Amino acid sequence: MMAVATEQPAADLREPAGWRRTKNRVATVLMWVAFVCTLVPLGFVLVTVIAKGASAISWQFLTKGPIPPNVLPVTIGGMGPAVVGTLEITGFAALIAIPLGVLGAVYINEYGGNRALARLIGFMADVMTGVPSIVMGLFIFTIWVLHFGYSGLAGSFALGCLMLPVVIRSSYEMLRLVPDSLREASYAVGATKARVTVTVVLPAAIGGIVSGALLAIARAAGETAPLLFTILVVESTNTNLFSGPNTALATQIFINAQQPFTGAQQRAWGAALTLIAIAFILMLAARIVTARFTRYTR
Amino acid sequence: MSSVTQADPAKQAGSASPLTRRRPLGDRGFQILALASGLLVLVILVLIAVSTTQQSTDWFSKAGVKGIFSTDWDPATNHFGAMAFVYGTVITSVIAIIIAVPVSVAVALLLTEVVPRRWARPIVYLIDLLAVVPSVVWGLWGILVFAPWIQSSVYSHIASAVNGIPLLGSLFGPPVSGASFFTAGIILAVMITPIVTSLSREVIATVPVIDKEGAYALGATRWEMIRGAVWPHSQNGVVGAVLLGLGRAMGETIAAALVIGSSATVTSRLFATGYSMPAVIANQFPEAAGEWRAALIGMGVLLFALTIIVNLAARGIVERSTRRMRGA
Repeated sequence: MMAVATEQPAADLREPAGWRRTKNRVATVLMWVAFVCTLVPLGFVLVTVIAKGASAISWQFLTKGPIPPNVLPVTIGGMGPAVVGTLEITGFAALIAIPLGVLGAVYINEYGGNRALARLIGFMADVMTGVPSIVMGLFIFTIWVLHFGYSGLAGSFALGCLMLPVVIRSSYEMLRLVPDSLREASYAVGATKARVTVTVVLPAAIGGIVSGALLAIARAAGETAPLLFTILVVESTNTNLFSGPNTALATQIFINAQQPFTGAQQRAWGAALTLIAIAFILMLAARIVTARFTRYTR
Repeated sequence: MSSVTQADPAKQAGSASPLTRRRPLGDRGFQILALASGLLVLVILVLIAVSTTQQSTDWFSKAGVKGIFSTDWDPATNHFGAMAFVYGTVITSVIAIIIAVPVSVAVALLLTEVVPRRWARPIVYLIDLLAVVPSVVWGLWGILVFAPWIQSSVYSHIASAVNGIPLLGSLFGPPVSGASFFTAGIILAVMITPIVTSLSREVIATVPVIDKEGAYALGATRWEMIRGAVWPHSQNGVVGAVLLGLGRAMGETIAAALVIGSSATVTSRLFATGYSMPAVIANQFPEAAGEWRAALIGMGVLLFALTIIVNLAARGIVERSTRRMRGA
């Protein structure tokens, strides 16, 4: 096959020879086959989750608690505590990670220039996106849970650590697209750098930053591993993020998936559908923000 | 990156110009705030290494290198050899890479070289949907739907067909289980496909148009153009993308924990039940204490080190190859 590429091309303007055309066609078909191969599992998962989850979901399932023991059917109790837990834990994680991430990106792009430190931070943020989520869970366990106990807050910290590098990366990409002429115009009328950044640069890039942040939240909402060792598990709603064990949809799916009882499995499917719906809504919101509020694109 | 620094008013301080004045406090405060947020990344990475290592010294010092890499894992008798889990992690990630890489690279080529740009967008959205499905949902589907199906309609047929044949028999022969190394490998492959595809696409997009047009001008078919112009340019970058996918596959926890079968065995049989490092941490941590817990955290440290090394290498390769291409 390599021979084709290195072969001396003949000065021949006829159509490619039959076998060359065939090879080209086979390659194209294989590429489409590969694409279909990625769609098959996606389609299967979505269809299964929707089919099995829809029968479990009801207003009671989404809002009521407590989460009943495994053996009970899905009509008793509900996943309300897990929905509340997921929303408050993910929400607080976003509250921590998004401002810090955007500020970090501001440092790299606005203050860092070509400094080695800024390049190091950018590079390490990329590396940090590759740290397994379970390691983040162990990290928060050793540094926080061992001293202050299990709480939703600890879960928020773990999710925040996962979101931080993602937010830095996406915000940095957006800040980079803001043209320098905007900044220079602001300096020319005497604004300080902080003022230029906050009132000119960030607003110019806000569409991309928000959509990147929404995608980061969507990913974090589905994380399970970092929550296992940080929030533990409870059956009833714990609205206090700062103390006492909590629970979340993702961890509930993990626990219930391992049960042989139909009730538990149905609860897992219902929770899975809820979680996917949350993630897709966030992703859709990100797309809408990108389409409507992005001023500069690549 | 940007030439803003030239316009930095702070740079003018010290001159005799009437513009000179002290930089306002808020301005400096904001800079410090931004710097601190940036430094947080480095602080967290260092803290991860320090705090997890601290909590696992019990295991590292007691077990020693030989103990760590033994296959004897028995919490009841305080034996914590991690070999079976390291083995499972390697095997499942290798299976995932072997399945995911050809598919991802093919889709990346399809997106950059074959379909028109306005079609490429919806395809990218679809591939990104794969990444938005949470890993626990893949695990749930994997164990309740996919594993039973593939065991009865694929594994068992293959196993009975190859049983007795020397090499194939020892890889694909019985025992057969739905939750197995191979099932975990397939699920991991699906999960890393989006990231490998998008990074490969990024790399392939930097191939200079002039090279591609040159290949076409010489009469190459599209496939010959890909082999002759695109591939030599993007080879290194794709290797980086594959390494990043490998890092993801090694650290993926919940899906693996649900579909790998949870038995600490070292076997060449890919359809047999196994275990991996992240999976055993997730499953056993809640009940673990003392040295047991130290061993699990210690495996987290190994995992952290492994993924950091893989990621450093991968990011370095990707960065270098995209920069060289853009500069060209």
